[in-house]
Amino acid sequence: MSTAPSPTRHHRGRNGGTWAIWTLLVIAALITAFPLYWMVATSLTGGTLTQSQDFRLWPADIGLDNYTAVFRELPVGHWIVNSLLIATVGTVLTVVVSLLAGFAFAKYRFRGRTAIFFAYLLTIMVPIQVTLVPSFLVIVKLGLVDTVWGVILPGAAEATAVFIARQFMLNIPTELLEAARIDGAGELRIFLRVVLPLSGPLIGVLTVLAFMARWNEFLWPLIVLQGEDNLTLPVGLAGLQGSESFAAPWGPIMAMATLTTLPVLVIFLLCQRQFVQGIANTGLK
Amino acid sequence: MSGTETVTPSRPAPAAATGPAPRTGRRRGPTGTRAPYLFLTPSLVLFGVFSLFPIVAAVLMSTQQGAVLGQTEYVGGDNYQRMVDDPLFWTALRNTLVFTAATVPLSMVIGLLLALMLNRPMPGRALLRTVFFTPMVVSGVGVGMVMAWIFNGDYGVLNNALATAGLPRGEWLTSPDMGMVTVVLAVLWTRVGFCMVLYLAALQSIPHSLLEAASLDGAGAWQRFRHVVVPQLSPTTFFLLVVNVVFSLQAFDLLYVLTGGGPGFATTVLIQYIYRSAFANGEMGYASALGVVSTLLLITFTLLRWYLGRNDEDNR
Repeated sequence: MSTAPSPTRHHRGRNGGTWAIWTLLVIAALITAFPLYWMVATSLTGGTLTQSQDFRLWPADIGLDNYTAVFRELPVGHWIVNSLLIATVGTVLTVVVSLLAGFAFAKYRFRGRTAIFFAYLLTIMVPIQVTLVPSFLVIVKLGLVDTVWGVILPGAAEATAVFIARQFMLNIPTELLEAARIDGAGELRIFLRVVLPLSGPLIGVLTVLAFMARWNEFLWPLIVLQGEDNLTLPVGLAGLQGSESFAAPWGPIMAMATLTTLPVLVIFLLCQRQFVQGIANTGLK
Repeated sequence: MSGTETVTPSRPAPAAATGPAPRTGRRRGPTGTRAPYLFLTPSLVLFGVFSLFPIVAAVLMSTQQGAVLGQTEYVGGDNYQRMVDDPLFWTALRNTLVFTAATVPLSMVIGLLLALMLNRPMPGRALLRTVFFTPMVVSGVGVGMVMAWIFNGDYGVLNNALATAGLPRGEWLTSPDMGMVTVVLAVLWTRVGFCMVLYLAALQSIPHSLLEAASLDGAGAWQRFRHVVVPQLSPTTFFLLVVNVVFSLQAFDLLYVLTGGGPGFATTVLIQYIYRSAFANGEMGYASALGVVSTLLLITFTLLRWYLGRNDEDNR
């Protein structure tokens, strides 16, 4: 990052304009960052200072009281374990299933391929509110209400992930697969030994996208999970509204919000490239 | 994502042409093998049980009446008839349209402005881009809670700031008129960065020579924007339009937490009304019918999306 505008960008490259724009962008960035800052700042503010009409922009009476309070009053430990379990198992399942399906769509010609592909397309277009009730009935019939599998399984069928996988695998040279076939490798072996090693970036993108989606998932776990100990972090967090458990509820609520959002924020900051690439791939291709 | 093949080949097309291959690089494995079906099976089972079957079932259920777990009876088009006479349905529909019409264009315009401003070398550019994109990854429930706190009437930082400045405290979440405005502002916060990232990527792929040629022809900054940049961005714009509409029609988490559809029903959108009908009122037939209708809303836009994919293909 250079500190001066590069001379190759002629028009508008003049200092004055650039600095005015830079200032605007910094203001916009501060506004954008403020809610997350305020979430953390409030979570660190102790006592009943959150019940105040005084204008303050930084935490006062700093401490972790709000965090100890939520762990004391609520089954937060259970919620963290549930969220981790659902997000991890769900992500692995989505990635494996999508890689296999993407490979089949990208590299084989078989009867029914177009029709099946079309059916997948259809599911992407149908919004969740349509299938909410029947999907819940399926979960009831399978006896999976209030279990982690009831949350994990329906979300594992992620058509978008199949498309991203297929799109990527179309780029794998078919000659490589044929060379392996000539050497006598079976199809599963080709997938494991030839395709997977070439799919590193794809696996990265799918993992990051799926983990974020599963961790943040709300409506479906809200319906499926019922026992207090069985909730995920977002569902537990949503239930805190109007909670009577705390004298000054906003501090503990922001502590819960921080616990809920922090893992995904960290992953995002570490894997930003996969993220942006994944989002762009979902769309433009 | 179109269903059609639009990969830009990243490597030379295979040289060996065996027979009349319709498209290079797309020869398949041995025909007659069961392998593709085996690879597809896990995905097909999950899709069949949790996607395709529920879709068919939803249409069937929309003609039935009964509790979520109780006995059902066939009632034909009654659920649809009931919708016409249900003032809450019309309120939810109107709110959905207002919400969509406000969030989609605003997030795209602000996202484009940010992308245009960021599309030049400047100090801290990568950091700025990261900051703008970050809200996209925060859970909707988390955003809803933080926004409920910031916009809180009694102790929220926004009203405290206004009061300190000698201005009246706003009824952000308690007045029916302001409720929708607040919800839209909160959603914009999550959505603008997404639009910005895609626009920025598109801007950076515009060949510099195009802009230079326009300059040489005497085009000013506005003319270059209007006649070179905007047309080059049109696939992105179209895609963002459709995706944002889909996002807006499915927006649930943030609204559920921030306003719960209130005050009154001022911010109740269709998806919330469906959730309420099915899981608070236990009217699964009616909820299914509402779902089918909201799908019809979406279909218009998904057809556009499909069409976009095909156009894109033709241009390559």
